[in-house]
Amino acid sequence: MPRRSDPLTAGLWISAGAVFAFIYAPLAIVILYSLHDSSIIAWPLKLGTLRWYGVLVHDTSMLAAGWASVKLAVLAVIIALAVGVPGAFVLDRYDFPGKGAFRRLVMLPLILPGIITGVALLSFFSFVGLSLSSGFPLVPGWPVVLGHGAALTSVIMTQVYARLQRFDRALEEASGDLYANEWQTFWRVTLPSIRPAVLGAALLVFTLSLDEIAVTFFLIGRQNTLPLQLWGLLRRGITPEVNAAATVIFAVSLLTIVLWSRMIRDEKGRE
Amino acid sequence: MDRVRTNRRVKTLVASAIPVTWVVVLLLVPYALLLIQSFWRLRNGTLTHELTTENYRRLFGTSLYPATILYSAGVALRVTVFSLLLAFPVAYVLAFKVRKHKTLLYMAVIIPLWVSYVVRAYAWKIILGQQGILNGLLMSMGIIRTPLTVLLYSTAAVVLALTHIYTPFTLMPIYAVLDAIPPALKEASQDLYANRWRTFIHVILPLSLPGVVAGCTFAFVLSMGDFLAPQLLGGNDSALMVSNLVWSLFGVAYNWPLGAAVSVVMLALTLVLLWVAGRVEARGSYGGEARASVTDYAAPV
Repeated sequence: MPRRSDPLTAGLWISAGAVFAFIYAPLAIVILYSLHDSSIIAWPLKLGTLRWYGVLVHDTSMLAAGWASVKLAVLAVIIALAVGVPGAFVLDRYDFPGKGAFRRLVMLPLILPGIITGVALLSFFSFVGLSLSSGFPLVPGWPVVLGHGAALTSVIMTQVYARLQRFDRALEEASGDLYANEWQTFWRVTLPSIRPAVLGAALLVFTLSLDEIAVTFFLIGRQNTLPLQLWGLLRRGITPEVNAAATVIFAVSLLTIVLWSRMIRDEKGRE
Repeated sequence: MDRVRTNRRVKTLVASAIPVTWVVVLLLVPYALLLIQSFWRLRNGTLTHELTTENYRRLFGTSLYPATILYSAGVALRVTVFSLLLAFPVAYVLAFKVRKHKTLLYMAVIIPLWVSYVVRAYAWKIILGQQGILNGLLMSMGIIRTPLTVLLYSTAAVVLALTHIYTPFTLMPIYAVLDAIPPALKEASQDLYANRWRTFIHVILPLSLPGVVAGCTFAFVLSMGDFLAPQLLGGNDSALMVSNLVWSLFGVAYNWPLGAAVSVVMLALTLVLLWVAGRVEARGSYGGEARASVTDYAAPV
């Protein structure tokens, strides 16, 4: 490794390391204090109890919020897939007036600050008269489900569209030449090759929905989601229970992301 | 021939019906409604559908709202500058210096992005609070005697937390452009006897510009529109962020038309900024395809 020892390169490595520390130290502190043996989060750290995880497991409103978040995320994934996959095919294969505008519009919720999408959807649901608590307790509320679906459709659409752009259409023609009809071609040729991209995007939507708070904040009805429940706790007194919950969320997100990156890598490796 | 064409038209119609209807009803209509609502009149606390420019006149007629927008832009600008300063060296090291486990390290930088926003904001509350970890640490080391109260509930705390939250966002596009620069360009510059500094200024920096612009746009737009971290960490200062104003107008203050007007101004500013950034990126774009949003960068390269 040439020139790694010169001062300029050393300086670069040190500053990159410092930035890494800046990014991870706060997260490490949150995780360590979930094992803190006192209800007041203060220096010095007293490691060595799992009781906050015990408190968490028995906190019924936290569990209800967690369950609501999971339901919401699953529904968001289903909606985003149902709309996003056909949307990606439309973008890839058909031309229609306003296609460019359509693409830009879909992207807006990811580009704009969440609050704008949140108040826009709140105004919309209020205007059409759909109550924020409607659908409860079956779902956390139809508006928040539809809102997540609307905001996250673009993730599926763009990722699947990117995959379709790299897909060799000659394979479909070959399938047609072999007397497969369009459905058979779709199920046996097209879908298998875009499947990793679809699953990867679905996992990403799941994670994003689980953590979404800005749009959720405006659309939520009676039942809090997990981020909102945590948010509520933060506004009152804070105990290491919040840290325990945060650690669990961290672990779940980490797991999803690792799965997701595996999937993407497999796909890239196969090409 | 005609039947083939009609057939194709029918197929297009059927295939695009669901996605297009969905996007129109749940995105176009709500954003449009926000715009329309900003021209509605609030009479004795009830929303009427009478059109008026009163909301905008009130918005620009007093100094409160323009001052709030300026203050938020100031916070966002500081967050952008700090995020850029932190993100660039890491992106540079990842792109040019790291040889082993590059993907793993890149993932490590962007993983916090997908790990709970609330947790990241909360971390700063327990670090900076009056009984917080930083105060405790400083007191036990004998550096201070009484806890500092200025750490939390200040603009500085908000800037710090937002910088922490948005640095990975800034890093992604910068890394993407740096990583796409062929090593041959660097070598060519060195073959022409440019030293490393000149290579950086004349080759690397200009080529990285589209990524820098994209990263800075993410940081600026998202931190300007952030209302949760300011609420948690900003104390009284947080009331000065424009998104907190929107939040209270749609909440306790219950003045949706005015809230909609403030949102529309925010939306317009954001779109202008994105448009300008898009132009700059397109002009300086070097290889690779244009990517429009943060999730496009999130995939491991």
